[in-house]
Amino acid sequence: MSLLEIRNATLKFGGVVAVNDLSFAIEEGEVYAIVGPNGAGKSTVFNMISRFYAPFAGQFRFDGQDLLTVRPDQVANLGIARTFQNIELFDQATVLQNLLVGRHRHRQSTLLEELFFAPRVRAEERRHRHAVEEVIEFLDLQAYRDKRIAGLPYGIRKVVELGRALASGPRLLLLDEPASGLSVEETQDMRWWIDDIRRQMGITVLMVEHDMGLVSGVCDRVLALADGARLAEGTPAEVQSDPRVIEAYLGTGAV
Amino acid sequence: MRIQFKTSYDHDMRLFPDAWTACVYGALMVVMVLLPVLLDEFFLGEITNVLIWAIGGLGLMLLTGQSGQASLGHAAFLAMGCYSNTILIEQGLPFVIAFPLAGVLTGLFGMVIAIPAIRLHGIYLAMATIAVSVLADDVIVLLEPWTGGVSGKFPEPIVIFGFEIERWSQPGRFYYLVLAVTVISTLFYRNLLRAPMGRAFAAVRDSEVSATALGVHIPRTKAIAFGLSCMITGWAGALMGYHAGTFNNETFSLVISITLLMMIVIGGLGSIHGAFLGAAVVAFLPQALSMTTDLFGGSGVAIPGLETGVFGLILILFILFEPTGIYGRWLKIRTWFELFPFARKAMFRRQKSYLKTERLR
Repeated sequence: MSLLEIRNATLKFGGVVAVNDLSFAIEEGEVYAIVGPNGAGKSTVFNMISRFYAPFAGQFRFDGQDLLTVRPDQVANLGIARTFQNIELFDQATVLQNLLVGRHRHRQSTLLEELFFAPRVRAEERRHRHAVEEVIEFLDLQAYRDKRIAGLPYGIRKVVELGRALASGPRLLLLDEPASGLSVEETQDMRWWIDDIRRQMGITVLMVEHDMGLVSGVCDRVLALADGARLAEGTPAEVQSDPRVIEAYLGTGAV
Repeated sequence: MRIQFKTSYDHDMRLFPDAWTACVYGALMVVMVLLPVLLDEFFLGEITNVLIWAIGGLGLMLLTGQSGQASLGHAAFLAMGCYSNTILIEQGLPFVIAFPLAGVLTGLFGMVIAIPAIRLHGIYLAMATIAVSVLADDVIVLLEPWTGGVSGKFPEPIVIFGFEIERWSQPGRFYYLVLAVTVISTLFYRNLLRAPMGRAFAAVRDSEVSATALGVHIPRTKAIAFGLSCMITGWAGALMGYHAGTFNNETFSLVISITLLMMIVIGGLGSIHGAFLGAAVVAFLPQALSMTTDLFGGSGVAIPGLETGVFGLILILFILFEPTGIYGRWLKIRTWFELFPFARKAMFRRQKSYLKTERLR
């Protein structure tokens, strides 16, 4: 059974069909990319998986569980974490606090215990902290641990957001343009990290990305979208050489 | 500059980051405990007033500074705490039960108010909470059999296990009671900040969409923030009732709500220190003004609107030049001394932004 299975998903905003009868499935342990020109509906697919948008029609199954029956905040509990295209960090908090919010779905202490900072809260905090420190180590964020997000450069924020998603201990990681706005070196780092996330942590990755270098470097399979519908699916090389994909990106040859 | 060598995760969970800070706050506590001996009754009453405002400030800070929900209705919750405490005691409950219960009832009431209010953001939420504040006045008059309506109420002297605390004849005892409530409220606030729920509040404040994606249930978190905030505010209200000695439907007016909100902005949004510093400004400003006018040969007649005017001016100056409040300014001064002579003007430039409480949507 596929880890994430989307069948006949359709979403309309008024008269605009953002996603049209789209079906695809992601297997456990693979890195899967969605590519396509601007406005193809890539982020919309993400927002449907996160339950921010309710699809007009279609089926969403994560590990056999119907995603459409859960609230947006319960999606994290199933083990789906995500990043955002325009970084959505908690600006007035430190990197450490941001990553610790990532552990929120593992919270077991009650409000009363927290008001008195009961021993159980302390024990739990230590566990959260340990998990977060592993992420900090993995992403080389030690130097920024106690820095406020508001003062950090863009490239670091991007990494912190990835870290926050990892801290929640997901099974499926949704990365919305992980390399947008990053320098060549930072993109290279991101590539190794995505590779390691899959290999070391065993997390399945679904990403939206424009950087074809990154996509062909780390992805097993690629889905190309245009106008909310599937154009092609296959290995990066197959999709890149597909005439329909080339047409969608470059237009038909008038020569 | 003090450098902290952290050797365990527990280091970040401590109440005080290092021994020096613990000593400073320990010394402060000793001074606070000795105050009844050191000060005369008038100044002790003023300090008590500061602490009561600080408790109310902590309540609103939890909501506005921590969770980003502006409220101009907190006078209503002060009133709720004050009246419920008095009524519970009149029903025969002892103070040690009635007082905490008054806070809890106010908190529950706050959560009920929150259910419609949490759907609103920014300025709309502020407007909705103003309505709560305005309504409180009328509700108190309507519920005259319980609240005494326009003629008001006089709280009975506090009795804790046979130990009587009368606000006028025993200001020292009343001061200690207020101090105890202040310490408990501050500890609750501090504990929350180092626990998951406090971080969830900050998450809701800074980005609702990513808080949701991380498993934070936004309406529930906001309702809890409202509830806890109103609980602490309710305690402040009950103490205010005792401090004033009498209260009626006009005691907890909209002006009190506005003062409370301005207080935490001047003190510094999002910090415990801010609530206390703001409270000191609010409580001492009238005294300082009357002393100043006396100094310039004032006839002892109060100039109408002077207090409001000066208060407004202070607020405007802070918003323009120091949005992080008195506490933010203090942090800069401290850093300057700690780094002397290496502090640079540009060090804080990146942080020169308003605390994003709630984007207007």
